[in-house]
Amino acid sequence: MGLYGDDGIVLRTQKLGEADRIITILTRHHGRVRAVGKGVRRTKSRFGARLEPFTHVDLLLHTGRSLDVITQAETVRPYGAPFVTDYPRYTVGTAMLETAERFTPQEKEPAMRQFLLLVGGLRALGDDSHEPRLVLDAFLLRSLAIAGYAPALDECVLCGAPAPTDAGGSLAFAVPAGGLTCRSCRPAGAATPAARTVALMRALLAGDWATADASERRHQAECSGLVAAYLQWHLEHAIRSLRHVEHLH
Amino acid sequence: MYEGVVQSLIDELGRLPGIGPKGAQRIAFHLIAADPADVRRLAATLVEMTQRVRFCSTCGNVAQEDECQICRDQRRDLSVICVVEEPKDVAAIEKIREFRGRYHVLGGVISPIDGIGPDDLRIRELMARLADGEVTEVILATDPNLEGEATATYLARMLKPLGLRVTRPASGLPVGGDLEYADEVTLGRAFEGRRLLDV
Ligand SMILES: [Zn+2]
Ligand SMILES: [Zn+2]
Repeated sequence: MGLYGDDGIVLRTQKLGEADRIITILTRHHGRVRAVGKGVRRTKSRFGARLEPFTHVDLLLHTGRSLDVITQAETVRPYGAPFVTDYPRYTVGTAMLETAERFTPQEKEPAMRQFLLLVGGLRALGDDSHEPRLVLDAFLLRSLAIAGYAPALDECVLCGAPAPTDAGGSLAFAVPAGGLTCRSCRPAGAATPAARTVALMRALLAGDWATADASERRHQAECSGLVAAYLQWHLEHAIRSLRHVEHLH
Repeated sequence: MYEGVVQSLIDELGRLPGIGPKGAQRIAFHLIAADPADVRRLAATLVEMTQRVRFCSTCGNVAQEDECQICRDQRRDLSVICVVEEPKDVAAIEKIREFRGRYHVLGGVISPIDGIGPDDLRIRELMARLADGEVTEVILATDPNLEGEATATYLARMLKPLGLRVTRPASGLPVGGDLEYADEVTLGRAFEGRRLLDV
C-alpha cells in the first residue's frame, strides 16, 4: 500500500494526544478515510489550517496500521470560509457534513456520488444562490436517493397507484412506509403535507431550482420537517447537527 | 496482562487523554520503580484535587474556593471580559501578562456535529454577568479554528444588541491551531491589536 493520493472534503476533526488531530475526510476515490494529521494543532503547523472542516483538500496519505497518516495537504477550495461569519449557514453546512459521514458508514468504501453531492452542496451553500434551508433539504433528499431510500413521490408507496395531484389540497405522506400513499392505503398517523410541499420535495430531488426558489416559506418549512422526519426514520441514529440548524426565517 | 494491581494501574492510566496502552505501561513501570514517597505524594495530590478543586461560580475557571483567584482579585479591570473555551486558555493568556480584565470560560465550543449546541456552553452565565452594565468590552478569544470562529460569530451576534465593544484577538494567530500553543509574543500582539467584530 504505502503512499496514495486523493482529494476530499474534511468532515470532522478530533483532538488526538498532545497536538495531533484525527481528520475524517470524504475522498473522491477512497470513500470516507480517517487519518492522523500530525502536529496540526501547533500554531507553526504547515497544514493545520488546511485540515479544517469544509475544506476541499488535495492529500498525500501514508497507509498506517490502524489509521492512515496525512503527509501532504494542499487546499483546493476552503468552502468553510464564508460560513464562519454566518452562523445559520455554519449550522446548515455542519448538518451536511454529518449527513455525508452517516451515509458512508464503511471506511474506504468508494462513495463518489456522495462526494460529488457534498461538493455541489457546499458550493451552493457558499454561493448563497439559494435559501440555505433549500440547499440542505436538497442535499438530504439526494443523499437518501444515492443510498436507495428516496421517498416515493409519484405513486402510492403501498399499492403503486398514481399519486393524487390536487394541487390545492393536501396529500398523505407515510414516513415509515417510505412516501406518499393513496387515500385507500393511507395508514393511521400519516402526515398530510400540502400538495405544493410535495411538489417542492420533488423539485429538490430533481434539481429543479426554478420551482424550488419560487416556493413559499410555509411550504419550505413543512418540507424541512418532513425531510428531517423521513431521514431520521431511515437512519438508525439521529443526525445530531439537524437539531442545531438555525433558519433565518 | 499483568497481575492484579499492576494491570489495574495500567488500565487506569490508559483512560487518561492522550495516553495509549504503551504509554500507560511505560508510566506504570516508572511509578513501580520510583521512590514510594514520591508516588504517595502524587496520590495525595490527586485525592486533594478531588476534594478541593471546583469550577469558579462566576467565570467557570478552575478554583479552590467558590470563586477563582482572578475573580477575587480587586485589582483586575472589571470593565473587560475575555471569553475562552477552556481553563487552560486562561492559563495561556495569563502567561503573557497583557490582559488585566477577567475571564469567562465557555467549557467548549459550539460543535453541532458532536451534538454540542449553544445551550450546552456557559453562554447564559455570560449574559447574566453582562446584565448590570459594568462590562464595556468582551474579547472573544476562542481558538482560531473553524469551530472557534463560528462560536465567536454566534456570541458576537448575541452581544451586539447590548451595545458593548465586541473584539477578537487580531489575526496573526495561525488558523487551525489551539490558543494554548501560541507563543507568548504572538499571543501578546494578537491581544494588543484586537479588532472590532462587526456582525
Ligand atoms: Zn395505495
Ligand atoms: Zn473566576
